Amino acid sequence: MKKLIIALAASAALMGGFSTGAEAQEKKKVCFIYVGSKTDGGWTQAHDLGRQQLDKALGAKVETPFLENVPEGPDAERAIERMARSGCSLVFTTSFGFMDATVKVAAKFPDIKFEHATGFKAGPNLATYNSRFYEGRYIQGQIAAKMSKKGVAGYIASFPIPEVVMGINAFELGAKSINPNFKLKVVWANTWFDPGKEADAAKALIDQGVDILTQHTDTTAPMQVAAERGILAFGQASDMIAAGPKTQLTAIVDTWGAYYIKRTKALLDGTWKSEQIWDGLKDGILTMAPYTNMPDDVKAMAEETEAKIKSGELHPFTGPINKQDGTAWLAAGEKAQDGVLLGMNFYIEGVDDKLPK
Amino acid sequence: MRIELQKRARVSTLFSVLSPLLALALTLAFGAIMFWLLGKNPVSALYSFFVEPLLEVWSLHELAIKAAPLILIAVGLSVCYRSNNWNIGAEGQFTIGAITGSILPVMYPAWHSPIILPLMLILGMLGGALYAGIPALLKTRFNTNEILTSLMLVYIAQLYLDWLVRGPWRDPQGNNFPITKTFQIEAVVPEILSSSGRAHWAFIFAIVAAVALWFMMRFMLKGFEVSVLGQSERAGRFAGFSARRMVWFSMLLSGALAGLAGISEVSGSIGHVQPVISPGYGFTAIIVAFLGRLNPLGIIASGLVLALTYLGGEAAQLSIGISDKVSRVFQGLLLFFVLSCDTLIHYRVRLIFAGTKTAEVRG
Amino acid sequence: MFEAILLTVITASTPLVLAALGELVTERSGVLNLGVEGMMIIGAACAFVAAQLTGSPYIGILAGIFGGGVFSLLFGFLTLTLVANQVATGLALTILGLGLSGQIGEAFVGQPGIKLQPIVFPFLSDIPFFGRVLFRQDLIFYVSIALVVGINWFLFRSRTGLKLRAIGDSHASAHALGINVIRTRYLAVMFGGACAGLAGAQLSLVYTPQWVENMSAGRGWIALALVVFASWRPWRILAGGYLFGAVGIGQLHAQIVAQNLGIVIPSQFLSALPYAATIVVLIIISHNRRTTLINTPAALGKPFVPDR
Repeated sequence: MKKLIIALAASAALMGGFSTGAEAQEKKKVCFIYVGSKTDGGWTQAHDLGRQQLDKALGAKVETPFLENVPEGPDAERAIERMARSGCSLVFTTSFGFMDATVKVAAKFPDIKFEHATGFKAGPNLATYNSRFYEGRYIQGQIAAKMSKKGVAGYIASFPIPEVVMGINAFELGAKSINPNFKLKVVWANTWFDPGKEADAAKALIDQGVDILTQHTDTTAPMQVAAERGILAFGQASDMIAAGPKTQLTAIVDTWGAYYIKRTKALLDGTWKSEQIWDGLKDGILTMAPYTNMPDDVKAMAEETEAKIKSGELHPFTGPINKQDGTAWLAAGEKAQDGVLLGMNFYIEGVDDKLPK
Repeated sequence: MRIELQKRARVSTLFSVLSPLLALALTLAFGAIMFWLLGKNPVSALYSFFVEPLLEVWSLHELAIKAAPLILIAVGLSVCYRSNNWNIGAEGQFTIGAITGSILPVMYPAWHSPIILPLMLILGMLGGALYAGIPALLKTRFNTNEILTSLMLVYIAQLYLDWLVRGPWRDPQGNNFPITKTFQIEAVVPEILSSSGRAHWAFIFAIVAAVALWFMMRFMLKGFEVSVLGQSERAGRFAGFSARRMVWFSMLLSGALAGLAGISEVSGSIGHVQPVISPGYGFTAIIVAFLGRLNPLGIIASGLVLALTYLGGEAAQLSIGISDKVSRVFQGLLLFFVLSCDTLIHYRVRLIFAGTKTAEVRG
Repeated sequence: MFEAILLTVITASTPLVLAALGELVTERSGVLNLGVEGMMIIGAACAFVAAQLTGSPYIGILAGIFGGGVFSLLFGFLTLTLVANQVATGLALTILGLGLSGQIGEAFVGQPGIKLQPIVFPFLSDIPFFGRVLFRQDLIFYVSIALVVGINWFLFRSRTGLKLRAIGDSHASAHALGINVIRTRYLAVMFGGACAGLAGAQLSLVYTPQWVENMSAGRGWIALALVVFASWRPWRILAGGYLFGAVGIGQLHAQIVAQNLGIVIPSQFLSALPYAATIVVLIIISHNRRTTLINTPAALGKPFVPDR
């Protein structure tokens, strides 16, 4: 019995050894760590689509192993280290909660490149990358103000982190640029991912009188509820048109593929360097789903705004903007600094919700 | 065909040893079939699961890190379950222990003293014990079912942690992200052999706790009290033992150990407090406790095996692309086989076919 | 607005009531199955996949019931035939269910589902308020109400129900009276599994017509709590399920109302309310030791091996 096990183990080791040995010469490994399931329909799925695009574009030169459902804690550090040790040349860690784990492993493996999504700690071999989702939210706000009859929209929020606060503010800014009295109601679902809770939050907002919904959570449940109740809504992370063909106005689609291809090319060319990258609509890291279920003039307005943001003519966070309590934040013409936006913990005027201190 | 059980006069020593091996063999066989059906090479799949993580030193360290909280929590739970107290809220006690243990480094980040770490560990144990004291109080005072209260308290603890790290405990320099300051070096549980990997003292705590509780259950009156009250409250009363005091003893003990696991994990493995600190250790530990047959030494083994399946699941995902859902099914299979093979220890199993043919598994 | 909120509460409460009713029958027979969450998620996956493949949500419902029932047999075999520990087996069932359902539904993630449509009764559905709330619901809602009435009758008015309760209170005496303990318990476990499966079908066909992993999100555990909360009585399960659903929906409305009034309440606090409320009600219910003892199946969770 014992001999058999050893024999089996040895043969398996040989097989393993041959395959990695042969491939290592031709292909580089670009590895991905996901916090959720690659078919979660939201955040992780968007990253996995990006990985698949990378595979399609550069499949001859790289392979793209991944680990899914990695919890944010000591498991993350082990998973990242395993990737580093398994011969990955570039590792993308795709959740904020992986930040410290990535920092620690990156320090241990100076020859391997790491990229951490949405964090703020970088190093010589550790880059950070993020997407300017707020640009899309601004456009959504403008559309909402045009399409809403009651002048009130509902925002299904996940957790009070700067990214979400920034999204709420950008939406309200866009809406106020059309209708200065536009109101935004916020419900915190306290989850990224629970279709039942998200649906309940959507229903509560509708029952409280909003006639347009936008969501900052991952499943299509709110879109389904909006479709059922006959109101309009915006999609999140992926194009949710299938869940609401007559409901979705547009969606912020995370198109990480463009970024992953760009960075992998840099790795292959030897031009990769550690940067803190915050790409936007113009770089293709996010795209707007087709503008649907709206009159042509609203569509034209949305397209114009999108073009202006891409050209740099329009920055959504441009003064004059007051904070929620009425005190001045940005003077006329002043643009918000990236650092302030990335750590945003206050609302602007017009948002009804109060942030807990 | 039907299956008939016959209680053995004495626990079978042979099957006590054989049953886990039989369960493992069955799991391997079923696992091999499952991997084969999924179009994967069964040999290399099983190799990634059970051998690959054991071949490298750093990986052994990771095994110890993963097993430590499972063992710590499970040995505490074993005392609970042996005495018929169904604490299934260890996840909440783990969370609260992590919170109370972190009070010092979060509130006094500039305090550098060798005394800080022992204080943290004590506070963590206190916190966990007090939180487990709630269901104990409700059970003894109001006769409330502890399975449910301890479970509800898990959700409440997690939401409290969430509120803390997003609110009052948030690091002012952390761009308003929900993490606390990184603990000062004096507040970090040290590594055992830092040259070869990052396993820290939590693993030693786990082994010490397991051995101590094994000693208690085997050689001390308290251990006898636990078993007697667990088997029959009436018999316990005749022996002069108090079921009410046992509720307190077992719940506080398991809470304290879960709390210790919580603070060791946060301090030794993570280094700061964040909204998610556990991938469900408190629940997995229940399984570990039963896999180890509620015997503290058995729990050391079962904790290591379960930790191995997590590491192996990752290795299998990376090297041959087996999805993590398959890993979970595989874990479920292992549990089912262990639970069913244990039947052989206490019972003779007879397969009775239609007619007179009788096949018996003897032993 | 009250009507709309009430409808939301009904949708949120129905799966809890269904799963709890099934577990109630299982526990009345003396078996504690902690695997409700696992059976529920299997039911949700089977129901969704079957509905997508056939285009009929009714076949989906049947598949959910079937999936939950068959899956519970695994628990039955281990705990009844092999007398394995019920707590551990139930937990293992949940782990296995979460993994297996992910496998079953993997190819169907992100597909828009088929929603089970409400049944419209002529004239009755048009009655203001009551018509909308009571006579324009889907089949699963009516089944949940019928089950409350039916199980209540079965347990306390029928001979078989009496036998079931006798087994739950003392399997040894029931066995001595010639009742087949193991067979009855198998049926009770399967009934519990089928109800949990139906609750899962409600999740993936009515509540949110889609499939995503872990979509039961802890509702099976709440259902388990409801059984004790209801002290093993069907009508109280209905009341408790709706109370829990109402608190969950109410906290979302409370957030919006608080915004309108300019009050700051941490949302985590509101999210914790349903759990805290459960504990408080559990205390109140179990406070009277005598009534709890009368209602609790005395043999709950204890293994039984027929002697020959």
